[in-house]
Amino acid sequence: MAVVRSLRGIGARVINAVWRIGFGSRFFLMTLVYSGTSFRRFRLIVREMFSSGVMSLIIILVAGMFVGMVLGLQGYETLKRYGSESALGTLVALSLVRELGPVLAALLFASRAGSAMTAEIGLMKATEQLSAMEMMAVNPIARVVAPRFWAGVISLPLLTAMFSSMGVFGGYVVGVVLIGVDEGSFWSQMQAAVDFQHDVMNGVIKSFVFGVAVTVIALFEGYDAPPTAEGVSGATTRTVVESSLAILILDFILTAFMFRGD
Amino acid sequence: MSSEVLVEIRDVNFAYDSRPILKGINMAFPKGKLIAIMGLSGCGKTTILRHIGGVLKPTKGCVKVDGQVIHDLDQDGLYKMRRKMGMLFQFGALFTDMTVFDNVAFQMREHTDLPEEIIRDLVMMKLHAVGLYGTQDLMPAELSGGMARRVALARTIALDPMLIMYDEPFAGLDPISLTVVGQLIRRLNDALGATSIVVTHDVQESLKIVDYIYFVSDGAIIAEGTADDIRASGEAFVHQFVYGEMDGPIPFHYPDGDFSKDLGVRV
Repeated sequence: MAVVRSLRGIGARVINAVWRIGFGSRFFLMTLVYSGTSFRRFRLIVREMFSSGVMSLIIILVAGMFVGMVLGLQGYETLKRYGSESALGTLVALSLVRELGPVLAALLFASRAGSAMTAEIGLMKATEQLSAMEMMAVNPIARVVAPRFWAGVISLPLLTAMFSSMGVFGGYVVGVVLIGVDEGSFWSQMQAAVDFQHDVMNGVIKSFVFGVAVTVIALFEGYDAPPTAEGVSGATTRTVVESSLAILILDFILTAFMFRGD
Repeated sequence: MSSEVLVEIRDVNFAYDSRPILKGINMAFPKGKLIAIMGLSGCGKTTILRHIGGVLKPTKGCVKVDGQVIHDLDQDGLYKMRRKMGMLFQFGALFTDMTVFDNVAFQMREHTDLPEEIIRDLVMMKLHAVGLYGTQDLMPAELSGGMARRVALARTIALDPMLIMYDEPFAGLDPISLTVVGQLIRRLNDALGATSIVVTHDVQESLKIVDYIYFVSDGAIIAEGTADDIRASGEAFVHQFVYGEMDGPIPFHYPDGDFSKDLGVRV
């Protein structure tokens, strides 16, 4: 009997997960379909960009700076063994632009802005604000969800660019200013090694995809949250966990397609 | 109740999964009247309101608003109908990220192309009507419960709806706010020439202001009539409810619990 019960439990969880994926996909499609209002009234997106993008700026810049500084230190230690300290700029820039920038910025965005989006929409649902909007003949997906979605999708690539720029600056401070790597070779090797199409654009594509994933997960979890304190807190936790896993899994898939080890 | 009917509910049944909530409900809401739906918590009052708003679809029966079967409308038709309705939620449901002004102006900005100066004048008129002129720059968190309910009322009547629905408008209010909100509901209904439906279990305040009452218990109508009819009702349930008596057909204990068994006492 215990076996049957546990099998039943597993079955119920799988069915529930499939249902949620279905609801989530439908929610994503609805968000795209009802995006017209957001673009006709672009200020709705700008307002949300302020709360999700601008308000995340400090954490992104500080984290980017320190990640770059650590890269500068670790990179120098490793490159020194091979007498290639002058390639420090290349190492810092490629690590940031290809991988660390998009992934870490997205993880920070998920914890800072994603969780806030989930909590806000979950509470709007719990306090009947979304129902009130529906009763006023205003579609909450068009008015509340879509502007936040596009704000997230636009903000994350910009935040990623700032994260990577700060990281490069952090690497420069540690490598050139503190350790004394030659400034000319730091910048010139970086310039020669970083390809706009292959490295920068692929990083931008990654951050765009992460932006879509994180924002959809955050909004769906908020919209689907049970209208209770426990429901909203659970949804906020799920947003951070699911977004982090989605970022790392998508990162592997995108990297496999983009770089393939050629 | 002979005047022209704005909302008609005919033989409506509704169930969540297999749990019946509404059982053969028949109601009529004539134009210009203020009608209450009363009953205990969980008896199906709000479910009736949600049917009228087109949020729920009956499993059997039909809900007509302004001559149209509301649950047969597509989304465009439903939204067009809802523009003619206003609904006051139990705790106001004000948008917490907007000022009082923006809350009241919300529907005007969403559904009309009125210039900001006219919207401003209209918002001030609505706020004045609920006695809250001067609060336009406050945030919902800065309002008391009664004030928030009145702001929500101003937002509900922003586009002069033909039908106003109130879901527990008196819940959690102090006695003064309760009377103020009650009188506002009556005055606004008459001034706007609207039809109002009040879902409530606040008997004393409702009986003062409404024209007609439907009493719902366990998903069915058990009594109806004017305030005087209800006060004089011989129905045991209605009597217990209206006069708030301990003894009567409504039990105090949850029906499934037998505490004596737990204690090992043989009765």
